[in-house]
Amino acid sequence: MTTETAPDATPPILEIDGLHTTFHTRDGVVRAVDGVSCRVHRGEVLAVVGESGCGKSVTALSVLRLIPSPPGRIEANAIRLDGTDLLELSPRRMQAVRGNEISMIFQEPMTSLNPVLTVGRQMNLVIDSHERLSRRECADRTMEMLGLVRIPSPEQRVREYPHQLSGGMRQRVMIAMALACSPQVLIADEPTTALDVTIQAQILNLMNELREQFGTAVVLITHDLGVVAEMAHRVVVMYAGRTVEEASVADLFRTPRHPYTQGLLASVPRLAAERETFEHRVRLKEIPGVVPRPGGARRGCLFAERCGYVRDRCRAETPPLADSAPGHRAACWETDRVASAARA
Amino acid sequence: MPFVDGPQGDAAGKVVRPPMLSVEGLKTHFPVRKGVLSRVTGYVYAVDGVSFSIRKGETLGLVGESGCGKSTVGKTILKLIEPTEGRMRVEGHDITDLGPREMRPFRRTMQIIFQDPYSSLNPRMSAGSIVGQPFVIHERTAGRSWEERVAELFERVGLRADQMRSYPHEFSGGQRQRIGIARALALNTKLIIGDEPVSALDVSIQAQVINLLMDLQEERGLSYLFISHDLAVVEHISHRVAVMYLGKLAELADKREIYLNPLHPYTEALLSAVPVPDPAASKRKRIVLEGDVPSPIAPPAGCRFHTRCPYVEPRCRIEEPAWREVRPRHWVACHLR
Repeated sequence: MTTETAPDATPPILEIDGLHTTFHTRDGVVRAVDGVSCRVHRGEVLAVVGESGCGKSVTALSVLRLIPSPPGRIEANAIRLDGTDLLELSPRRMQAVRGNEISMIFQEPMTSLNPVLTVGRQMNLVIDSHERLSRRECADRTMEMLGLVRIPSPEQRVREYPHQLSGGMRQRVMIAMALACSPQVLIADEPTTALDVTIQAQILNLMNELREQFGTAVVLITHDLGVVAEMAHRVVVMYAGRTVEEASVADLFRTPRHPYTQGLLASVPRLAAERETFEHRVRLKEIPGVVPRPGGARRGCLFAERCGYVRDRCRAETPPLADSAPGHRAACWETDRVASAARA
Repeated sequence: MPFVDGPQGDAAGKVVRPPMLSVEGLKTHFPVRKGVLSRVTGYVYAVDGVSFSIRKGETLGLVGESGCGKSTVGKTILKLIEPTEGRMRVEGHDITDLGPREMRPFRRTMQIIFQDPYSSLNPRMSAGSIVGQPFVIHERTAGRSWEERVAELFERVGLRADQMRSYPHEFSGGQRQRIGIARALALNTKLIIGDEPVSALDVSIQAQVINLLMDLQEERGLSYLFISHDLAVVEHISHRVAVMYLGKLAELADKREIYLNPLHPYTEALLSAVPVPDPAASKRKRIVLEGDVPSPIAPPAGCRFHTRCPYVEPRCRIEEPAWREVRPRHWVACHLR
């Protein structure tokens, strides 16, 4: 049992319990998500961090049951939204959950908006399919949402098509659509990765304001540790389909207890305004090697080949995700050594 | 158009070498055609008067947001795109008007690494022949077989020589970028233009490639023009940094100056917008710019940044600020400084 660092003891709004998502391909079974469990509370931002191919997006798509089957296959003890197991819902009921109780924002706003519908039309579609509103009320809600995400002159924008909008504007439309039915959970998959930093700052501010206003729980999927530090309350770090560490954002950055997290934090270049020294020839810390091939052997710790703390046991036995400090879980046999190195 | 920092020399007046690359008043405009007759109805002012120089062994970082013209600067310097106006000199030789044949000796010294390691390698060629092509084209192997030279390059960039026979799809993103680097190093390279060379890579791999680039610079005295939107990466690798906005430079200075003492409001906003990977850092004052970057087809009059500038004054809307050296080696285009 884990001790949560959540503000209160209320039950989590979203709980993923033992998720395994596999893809059956010609080259064998790929375990994209291999036993991930986590929970998110109301008003909380949970960041899911990891590199490409670590399974973070597949986790999100699995929650929404958007994995095409075949070849994909979702297995879990449960994925509970406010107590209801989503895996047991009929496709029809699930359809009513998507966009209504759980919404998703994707990385590429251009490819996730319908290019042949006007902004107003696609927003109306979302609202109309979930709520019994008159056409007039629908249109009003659309305007209200576009105003909320600060789209200038919304009455003009509703008549425009996605290609007429800038990248930042499209992402605002995505957010407006995602929040139109006041979902309980918002899953944001790399929501600002395709945007410039000044636009990213606008969007992150906006997401924070809206979260505070509506109390929406946010699952923020990202590879950007800067975004994590600024937005998240808690963090799950994934590697090769498994959760390797979970902690509050402060604990994770202060004392990483998994060598992979430690390596990630050390390999990011930082802005000097935060650093005192300004030496030029500082080498970045590298994590040697590459991520294991999907579909490869999955014995022992999957990070062992790249790990500086590796011992024989790591290659033979898979370390469980265990409490390593209060509210801080890590899947590592050598977690104490890692933590003391982090403190040093 | 003033020269950014002319041939360097000390006060004693010693004979100085010309910089590796100097660019003066560079403009690259693209015509916009419309209608059945494809009449030119306007221009995209992609690069609109940019001046800088890069010394031997130096890295100049060029940062800016998408569409600001930074990639066009890189491609124009290599004459992959013809400049509309301005001068480009390589070690003092003016290459602006050279034809393809006359450019050949310069092509041996200037190379480019692209952002996307997936689309910049020919999928039908083995990694070895991709890296070996420059030798074949320029017939320069100094008596040895090109395979031998390629094997050396592979080892240097951290690939195994036996991977020469593999094809690009068999490599990971980071390894492909190493192939791109090996190809750029094949000839007598002195200047490498990196167009977002690490942006597509995961952080742990990004660190490996950045370290490799810095090691190679030290070993071979390479000069880099490092084009990127990532301010932290640019800070790490550069000696000097130029900030570009809508086709023009807003600021250019030594790294320390730019990051600790930014003078242009745009640089200031850009730096404050970067999320810092440290939750314990006291929340900085963030300048959130309103709106989007205007279109380079119709750039705003006066200062191009005035539509988003938090400190805008009436004259910023009318008068274009001059490119001035407001402190030694610190150039900025802003009325307020």
